[in-house]
Amino acid sequence: MSELTQDQVLPEKSYIINRQLLIAYANASGDQNPIHQDEAFAKSVGLPDVIAHGMLTMALAGKYLSDISGSEKVVEFSARFIKPVIVPAGSDVMLSVTGKVVEVANGQAKVELTALCDEIKVLGMAKGVIKL
Amino acid sequence: MLNPDLVGRTFTSADSVTVTKEAIANFAYVIGETNLEIAPPTFSITITLDQSQKLLQDSGLDWTRVVHGDQRFEIKRRIVAGDILNCSSTIESARTVAGNEIVSVRSDLHDGPQLVVSTWSTLVVRA
Repeated sequence: MSELTQDQVLPEKSYIINRQLLIAYANASGDQNPIHQDEAFAKSVGLPDVIAHGMLTMALAGKYLSDISGSEKVVEFSARFIKPVIVPAGSDVMLSVTGKVVEVANGQAKVELTALCDEIKVLGMAKGVIKL
Repeated sequence: MLNPDLVGRTFTSADSVTVTKEAIANFAYVIGETNLEIAPPTFSITITLDQSQKLLQDSGLDWTRVVHGDQRFEIKRRIVAGDILNCSSTIESARTVAGNEIVSVRSDLHDGPQLVVSTWSTLVVRA
């Protein structure tokens, strides 16, 4: 992307989350908490089903930031995990991410992200700072 | 319960972690990156999650009841294969809200004297 300007709305992108991805993320990240893989275990601790790692959702939102101008330009990134992403067996859950440039100053752009699953916000206060 | 005397204390790992090409590539691949040589913005969690749990294992924090509340990264330079990183973790604050303990942990990764990334995690320990 060439130039970022204040109030610019960035295009929506979708990311598929499914059980296979949760296992792959667990292996790549080292987070083997069974609530992200084992349905019986997840239910035994009061969850409706297996849930995605919050950090997987954040990593996918991070991919969205990286795609704006390269991952090496991302200097800050933060998010709250406000709703679990529930991942039933055999289905693809769609994570949709959009961004808005809320500030351009001092050689940096601040981008606010909206991350939705089934139109429900799953990340809160998600924002990144990109070096221009 | 978290030992309140530990708030503000920093624990530094005696062992360093050497970042491999494979570790970066595996993480990048899973999230759909095409360039598998560049560490994605959240890659450092693969080191700090494990390291901070080890560093704080005697703190009284019940990791089995921990829910991740939020996460923040400040990236000073991107992590590259061959980096030898040392983790230090600090319990910056702890408070109790409605029976849940809310603990803020900062973890810094250094390559020698150079700070590479700082991360903050808010952990909610369910009552």
